[in-house]
Amino acid sequence: MNDSMRGRNLLGIEELSATGIVEILDTAESFVEINTRSIKKVPTLKGRVVASLFFEESTRTRLSFETAAKRLSADVISLAVASSSVKKGESLKDTVATIESIGIDALVMRHQASGAAVQVSNYVPNVRVINAGDGQHQHPTQGLLDVFTVRQILAARAGTSGRDSAAELFAGLKVLIVGDIRHSRVARSDMLAFGALGATIKVCAPGTLLPSDMSAWPVEVVTNYDEALQWADVVACLRLQRERGTGAYVPSLEEFTRTHGLTVERYRRLDPRTIILHPGPMNRGVEIDSQVADMTNAFMTTQVRNGVPVRMATLYLALSEEDSKEKHE
Amino acid sequence: MSKAIFITGGEVIHPTSTEHADVIVRDGVIEAVGRGLSAPDDAILVDARGCWVGPGLVDLHTHLREPGREAAETIVSGSQAAALGGYSAVVAMPNTEPALDGIMSVSYVITKSAAAVVDVAIAGAITVNRAGHDLAPMAELAAAGIRIFTDDGNGVQNAAVMRRAMDYARTLGVTLAQHCEDEHLAEGGVMNEGEVSARLGLLGRPAVSEDIMVERDIALSRLTGCPVHFLHISTAASLRAIAAAKVEGLLVTCEVAPHHFTLDETSLENYGTQFKVHPPLRTRGDREAVRAALVTGVIDAVATDHAPHADELKELSFDEAPAGMLGLEHAASLTNEALGIGENPLAFFALLSRAPARIAQLRATDVRPLTSAHGGDVVTGEDANLVIFDPRQNYVVDRNALASRSRNTPYDGRSLTGRARATIVRGRLVVNNGELQ
Repeated sequence: MNDSMRGRNLLGIEELSATGIVEILDTAESFVEINTRSIKKVPTLKGRVVASLFFEESTRTRLSFETAAKRLSADVISLAVASSSVKKGESLKDTVATIESIGIDALVMRHQASGAAVQVSNYVPNVRVINAGDGQHQHPTQGLLDVFTVRQILAARAGTSGRDSAAELFAGLKVLIVGDIRHSRVARSDMLAFGALGATIKVCAPGTLLPSDMSAWPVEVVTNYDEALQWADVVACLRLQRERGTGAYVPSLEEFTRTHGLTVERYRRLDPRTIILHPGPMNRGVEIDSQVADMTNAFMTTQVRNGVPVRMATLYLALSEEDSKEKHE
Repeated sequence: MSKAIFITGGEVIHPTSTEHADVIVRDGVIEAVGRGLSAPDDAILVDARGCWVGPGLVDLHTHLREPGREAAETIVSGSQAAALGGYSAVVAMPNTEPALDGIMSVSYVITKSAAAVVDVAIAGAITVNRAGHDLAPMAELAAAGIRIFTDDGNGVQNAAVMRRAMDYARTLGVTLAQHCEDEHLAEGGVMNEGEVSARLGLLGRPAVSEDIMVERDIALSRLTGCPVHFLHISTAASLRAIAAAKVEGLLVTCEVAPHHFTLDETSLENYGTQFKVHPPLRTRGDREAVRAALVTGVIDAVATDHAPHADELKELSFDEAPAGMLGLEHAASLTNEALGIGENPLAFFALLSRAPARIAQLRATDVRPLTSAHGGDVVTGEDANLVIFDPRQNYVVDRNALASRSRNTPYDGRSLTGRARATIVRGRLVVNNGELQ
C-alpha cells in the first residue's frame, strides 16, 4: 500500500493506505474552489496529454474525467472505442500501443472486462493509467468521490473543514451498502475506501447478489435490512442492472424493491441526518424510490459535482513526480 | 535402418526397481541391457551418467490444434515440443476444427502424423461435433485404432447422453475420458470461484462444477460397467470421490495436470491471461491435495493438457482470452520437482509413462494399429521408445525459446529442475543433449 499516489497509476483502492487516500481528498478539496470561479482553469497540466479510452460507453464518467483534465489545461484525446472501429476481439495490447504511439502522459480507461486496466498498465509502463471502471472489479474514482462527499458533508456539519479533519470523521462512521454487491465495481471500491479510512461497514443484499466469498473485505453481511437502515449513518445504494432483475438473480424487480429498495416507507423511518448515496444512473422505483432520490439528504448531485475535483486530483497526482523522499529510499 | 544407439552409464528404471546398466538400441528395439556392455562400432553414443533411462513419456492429453488452428500449433511442432519434453507418444485431443468425430478427420490426422517426431495416438469425440447430443461413430473409430474417446474442452453435459455413450463404449473395449465441469454451474466463469475471484471481480467456475460431474460419472460407471478416465482433476473433493470409487473396485482412472499441483488461483492477481485455464487453477488447499495424491495411488497419471494459443488471443481482456496453457516441454520437470528432485524415479515413470500407456492402450500387449509400444519395461526385445532424463539439470524457462508455435506458458522465467537429455522414438534419436536432432 502506498502513502501517496504521486507518479503512480490508480487501478484499485487497495493500492492506497489511509494516508494516500487522504492526500487525494485534500488535493481534491484544493480544486473545489477552482470549479466555483468564472474562469475554471489552471495551467497545472499545460502541455500534458491525457487520453480517455472508453471501451464501454459511459457519458457521465467520461464527461467528468475530460472536464477534470481540461480544467488542469491538459490536452485531451478522446477515443470512444465502443463506437469506433475497434471491436470486441481486438488485442488490448494493439489498441493501447496505437494510442501510446501518439504520445500521451496519462490514460483514463473504462472497459467491460475486469482487470483490463491492470493488463494495459503492464503494456504501457511509461503512461500513468487511471481506471475509470473495469468490469465488476473496481471504479476507484467513484469510491474516492464517495468518501470525499461524505467527508465534506460531515465536516460542514461539524463546522470544520475536510482538510483539517483528515480521516478523523470516518472513525466509527457506520456505512451500509445495499443492493447488487456481486456485480458492482462501485461496491468493491467503496468497501475498500470507507474501510481504509476507519468506517464500520455492513452490506445487505439478496443472497444471489452477494459475492460468493466476502472474506476479502472488512465488512459484515447482514440480513435484516430495516434494522441496518436504523443503524447506518450513510446508506450507499447500488444500481441494479435490469437484466439481473428478471428472474436469474432475483425473481422480479418488484420483489427486489420490496426486500431491498429504499422506499418512501423506509425513508420515513430513517434518522433525518442519514446520508444517502447512489453512484447513478438510478433506476428510480427499483433500488430507490423517485421521491427519496429527490430528498435533501440524498446527495447524488453532490456526488456528481465532486467527481470533477476528485478526478482532477487523481490526474494531478498521477502526473506529479514521486515524492523525492521515496526516491531516495 | 537407423544407426545403433549406445546409452551408457545411466540408471535404468524398471517398474519396481532400478539398475545401473548400459542399453543398446538397434532397428527400433532394445537389443541389450546390462552392465559393462561394449559399444557397437557404428553406434551413436548417449552419455547417460547422472540420468534415468526409462520408457519414453506418454501424454494422455495433448492439443495439437491441427486441423483448424495451425497458427497455434501443428502436429509436427507439437510433436517436437513433446520430444523435447521427453515424450515418445502423445494422445491428440479431438477438439480440432473440424472435431475428430468421424473417420474423415481422424484419417487426416493419421496421415499428417507420419511427419511427427513422436508417436501420435488419437482420442476420438464421444459425440458428433462434441456437441453433446448424438453419439459419434465410436465402433468405426475403434476399428481404426482409437482406444479413448472424449469431448474434452467440454464435458458431456447431459447425463442420459453420457449413460448411452457408456453403454455403447463398454462393448468396444474403449475408455471414455471426461472433462468434468458442469457448464451450467461454470457458465461465464473465467477462474476459480472464491475469495480471489470475488475480489478481482472475475466470474468464478466453482469447484463443485467439477465435483458434481465426477460424482455423476462414477455413478454412471457403476451402472454401466464402462471404464471412465477423469481428465485434469483439480479439486480435493473430486480426488476423495475417485479414491472411494477405486476402493469400491470401479473402473475409474484419473490424471492431473502439472499446473494444478504447481500453481493456484493467487497467480491470477495480476490478470495474467497465461494463467487462465479450464478447469481453473484452484485454491492452495486443492493444489496441495493434488500434489499429495501423486503418490497415494489415487492419481494414475500426470498429463499436460498442452493447450497452445496464439499471442493475439492471449492479449485480449481476461474475459475474452481463451483458456489453456502449454505443458509438454515442462511437465516432466514439474513432476520431478513435485516428487522431490531426483528422489522418486519409480513414481516418475509410473505417472508419466507406464500408467498413461496403460490407459491409452499403448503397451506391447495392447492391439495398436497406430503406434509402437510405449510405457513398457527397459528390457531386451521391447520397442525402443525411451527417455534419458537428467533429474538434476537446472534451466530457466524462456517463452521465446520453445518448440511449440505458441508461447502461452505460465512458467516463463521460472527456474526448473530435471530435463530430458535424450528422447528415442521407434529406435531413432530425436532429441540428444536437449536438442532436436
